[in-house]
Amino acid sequence: MTKVLTDARSIRIKGRSFLAVVLSPDLPFDDWLARLDDLAARSAGFFLGRPVVLDVTDLPIDRAQLKELLGEFSQRNVSIMGIEGARPSILGQGMPPALKGGRPVSDEAVAKEPVIELQNSSADSKPAAIESRQPLQSIIIREPVRSGQSVIFPEGDVTVIGSVASGAEIIAGGSVHIYGTLRGRAMAGSIGNASARIFCRKMEAELLAIDGVYKMAEDMAPSLRGKPVQLWLEGDTIMAETLI
Amino acid sequence: MGKVIVVTSGKGGVGKTTSSAALGAALAHKGDRVVIVDFDVGLRNLDLVMGAERRVVYDLVNVIQGEAKLSQALIRDKRLETLFLLPASQTRDKDALTPSGVETVITELKRVFDWVICDSPAGIERGATLAMRHADIAVVVTNPEVSSVRDSDRIIGLLDAKTVKAEQGERIEKHLLLTRYDSNRAERGDMLKVDDVLEILSIPLIGIIPESMDVLRASNIGAPVTLADARSAPAMAYFDAARRLAGEVLPITIPGEKRGIFGKIFGRKAA
Ligand SMILES: Nc1ncnc2c1ncn2[C@@H]1O[C@H](COP(=O)(O)OP(=O)(O)OP(=O)(O)O)[C@@H](O)[C@H]1O
Ligand SMILES: [Mg+2]
Repeated sequence: MTKVLTDARSIRIKGRSFLAVVLSPDLPFDDWLARLDDLAARSAGFFLGRPVVLDVTDLPIDRAQLKELLGEFSQRNVSIMGIEGARPSILGQGMPPALKGGRPVSDEAVAKEPVIELQNSSADSKPAAIESRQPLQSIIIREPVRSGQSVIFPEGDVTVIGSVASGAEIIAGGSVHIYGTLRGRAMAGSIGNASARIFCRKMEAELLAIDGVYKMAEDMAPSLRGKPVQLWLEGDTIMAETLI
Repeated sequence: MGKVIVVTSGKGGVGKTTSSAALGAALAHKGDRVVIVDFDVGLRNLDLVMGAERRVVYDLVNVIQGEAKLSQALIRDKRLETLFLLPASQTRDKDALTPSGVETVITELKRVFDWVICDSPAGIERGATLAMRHADIAVVVTNPEVSSVRDSDRIIGLLDAKTVKAEQGERIEKHLLLTRYDSNRAERGDMLKVDDVLEILSIPLIGIIPESMDVLRASNIGAPVTLADARSAPAMAYFDAARRLAGEVLPITIPGEKRGIFGKIFGRKAA
């Protein structure tokens, strides 16, 4: 039997890229969730409307535990778009889909919207660290970044000649340079680069991150406030010092 | 061709309507033809501040929907020949304002008036973006406190992205009007300093309006403060701001301080 297609229009399938935040909880979850709450409380709205991927690679948990964890997220209005690194046996009905092969981005555009590629790859192996690594790029923004705006540049460094307002954010694959006051959020090395740094002429930031390690305003030595500061990563700790 | 000014803020209750009326009356006072358009559909109060509430027959929405001619909806001020008001609708909902309708009305007003002042509603939604859409100049009304400054910053970002000028790659002229400035509170240090606000927003300042009972008194008698008592401190500050809007360069003084901050303001690069 042949099925006759009566409608000649084809279905359009398009690709879309998003920069997702990856959360990698560790055990015990209670402690980890307390730290998450702390972060969320102090960075108002950080997770709101943001695509979040849950990475459970190497976590010795069963389906019930995963389900409970997902419940904790939905209570916090954090919507998980997919789960990475889960054994098929712990996934169940009504859970977000399993994701494979997420990888760092090399999207051309400077997107105003968060961007990451969720690429379809059949191989189970993690994609080999991008083979022909492209030279780091950089962009320069010559005006203040206003509250509510985000600059997302996974390809390399972001330099702002002007201030970054409270409620604005800079997300760079490389380093972040602010020739002005940093009042908002800055994330350097956001797709995995521990040698990225953050520099600013005047430090008043709400949140700082390098290679996924966060630091909130209150965690910073009061002596850094209002000063020219650079931040870098040593192991899992963000270090900071004033620039002369 | 007239200039279109949007008076906007993000945050509510900071003094947009008070400022629209006061600046409009100050510009009309020197003979310019001025219309003030109330974009606050559903919550209009410009008519009250201007003392014209009993004379509203048709409104902006009626004009946009073709139920009245523009000339029928315009209300001439009883005190100033060259000052007009185009009221908002109190009953319709906000969706009654359409982008093409607003464009038609503004285009027509620009032909007749020297200044078209758009009194924006609070927020960053449709009403506010429509009010700023066709502006040549923005007056960003800010109170010296953190939440107002942050909202103004947000609005400045929208002015640089969502206006016709911005979309054509041009720059919209932006001015900061600092209102409800209380010199006693400033002295005690429980208000943001003028310098700090300027540093955060980095747009040029066109005036500092003191917190004053004269503003309340004026709105109680239904007159813009610049007409109710032209010698009062807020009125004089608004008159100066209006002259700066029209291109004059005048020194600005912080209420309660003798020292002018002229040099600082004009030395600052506008963003
Ligand atoms: N300089 C001032 N001194 C004292 N009171 C003031 C001053 N400016 C404004 N007010 C008062 O603040 C209140 C809010 O002012 P206004 O209606 O102009 O704000 P708005 O920004 O238009 O508000 P909305 O966002 O609701 O449209 C009014 O009661 C007004 O009288
Ligand atoms: Mg108002």
